[in-house]
Amino acid sequence: MATEAQLEKQKQYEKYVKEITPTHSLALNMFRAFLVGGAFCTLGQVILNFAGRQGLDKQAAGNWCSLILILLSVILTGLNLYPKIGKFGGAGALVPITGFANSVAASAIEFRAEGQIFGIGCKIFTIAGPVILYGILSSWVLGLLYYILKAVGVTG
Amino acid sequence: MKKLITAGSASIAFPDPVFIKSAASIVGSKEGEGPLGDVFDMISEDPMFGCDTWEAAESAIQKEAASLAVGKAGLQPRDIRMLFAGDLLAQSMASSFGVGEMGIPFYGLYGACSTMGEALSLGAMAITAGGGEHVLCVTSSHFASAEKEFRFPLGYAGQRPLSSTWTVTGGGACVLGCTPPGPEIPGCSAPLREGRGCAAITGITTGRIVDYGLKDSLNMGGCMAPAACDTIYQNLTDFGRSPSDYDAVITGDLGAVGKRILLDLLAEKGLDISGIHEDCGLLIFTNSTQDTHSGGSGCGCSATVLAGYLLPKVVSGKWKRILFVPTGALLSKVSFNEGESVPGIAHGVVIEHVEVQ
Repeated sequence: MATEAQLEKQKQYEKYVKEITPTHSLALNMFRAFLVGGAFCTLGQVILNFAGRQGLDKQAAGNWCSLILILLSVILTGLNLYPKIGKFGGAGALVPITGFANSVAASAIEFRAEGQIFGIGCKIFTIAGPVILYGILSSWVLGLLYYILKAVGVTG
Repeated sequence: MKKLITAGSASIAFPDPVFIKSAASIVGSKEGEGPLGDVFDMISEDPMFGCDTWEAAESAIQKEAASLAVGKAGLQPRDIRMLFAGDLLAQSMASSFGVGEMGIPFYGLYGACSTMGEALSLGAMAITAGGGEHVLCVTSSHFASAEKEFRFPLGYAGQRPLSSTWTVTGGGACVLGCTPPGPEIPGCSAPLREGRGCAAITGITTGRIVDYGLKDSLNMGGCMAPAACDTIYQNLTDFGRSPSDYDAVITGDLGAVGKRILLDLLAEKGLDISGIHEDCGLLIFTNSTQDTHSGGSGCGCSATVLAGYLLPKVVSGKWKRILFVPTGALLSKVSFNEGESVPGIAHGVVIEHVEVQ
């Protein structure tokens, strides 16, 4: 076990390393994320509006929107273009549905050499897995909360 | 009682020079576009090296580098008594599949990116102990197989921090021997010799595992710099030398961030090597134009720079004595996930210009 003095020394070293290590500019990164994320959302809106004008209801238009964005992201990942968008746009490329699709497609491509079962099968959700698991868990918690609030008459 | 050849508390001074008879380096296209592009033996435009997987590609690099070094020494694989090889992949798989079929008695090593230092140290000890006339030291790394092993799939859209380094795609190999390399025979051999000048290992300093508690695996320069500082300091102490006794002190892959930390840590100990310090990770890429952030890294980084750039300078006599200090970050995916720190290691190898008859 590290002694108190050692821990203090480690802390100091960590602080020093942090001081001298260059980092990406936060403002610039946020601006780029806004641009890229915004572009994806605008594209989504265009698809939604177009689908709406074709006479699809809101639900069906939304489904088409997700499908097309996911397909686009998977194709761009396969062409090795999505990583470049991610490098530029950071969270702007990561957060929308396209980022999720990228993480699944990238894993599938990378691990296909290890076979259909142990490669693609086991590892396709290496990155997306936590999002799926905790996404389902948090929607369960929210559902429970909604049920309770509904039961006590807070919401309708 | 066996006569000891130790120096200080962590070093060995070899009574007879261990000659580096030949050296070979093979790199990928990005390394070929870097400032050292002209010094490597072979540059492959195909990142898969004609194979189907990244791992097989790395094995191919290692095998080619090993065969090339043996050939340059004018030898056959059967003339090599022992092989010390390692890489970054789990269970050192690139080495097992790469150099396995050469049929040379094999020791597999893991020293992370310091593997070339470890291989040269053990090889020089084996030669000095009379374990063979020739031994071969090989190591490799591949950007894609390392990303897959330690980080994310290549197609994943992530942003790499500025402190991160870029794993070199490349392999380096050296043949060590107890006799000096003979003169070049065109078409038959291309040993590491220029006139009467040769390069020889005259001492080593075995690195300790140094851990300053840093947990950021994307700032490996910060994790490894304390180990490099420890080994350089130990080397100077053990051999009773000062920095001016070396024409160059070359670390493995500290990068821009690690270099700064190393110089600061040594300054705390009252040592200034800023005039003679080089880092293989900073030599192999131009960070500003090649998007390599802090610099190059990986076993192949120090190994290819040693074979292609450092050794020829020693052989020509431009450098009379150098301290080669490959640095390694000893982390695994499991240790990182379990919240452990990233311990560093650095092995020091003293290489000198020797004139032979």
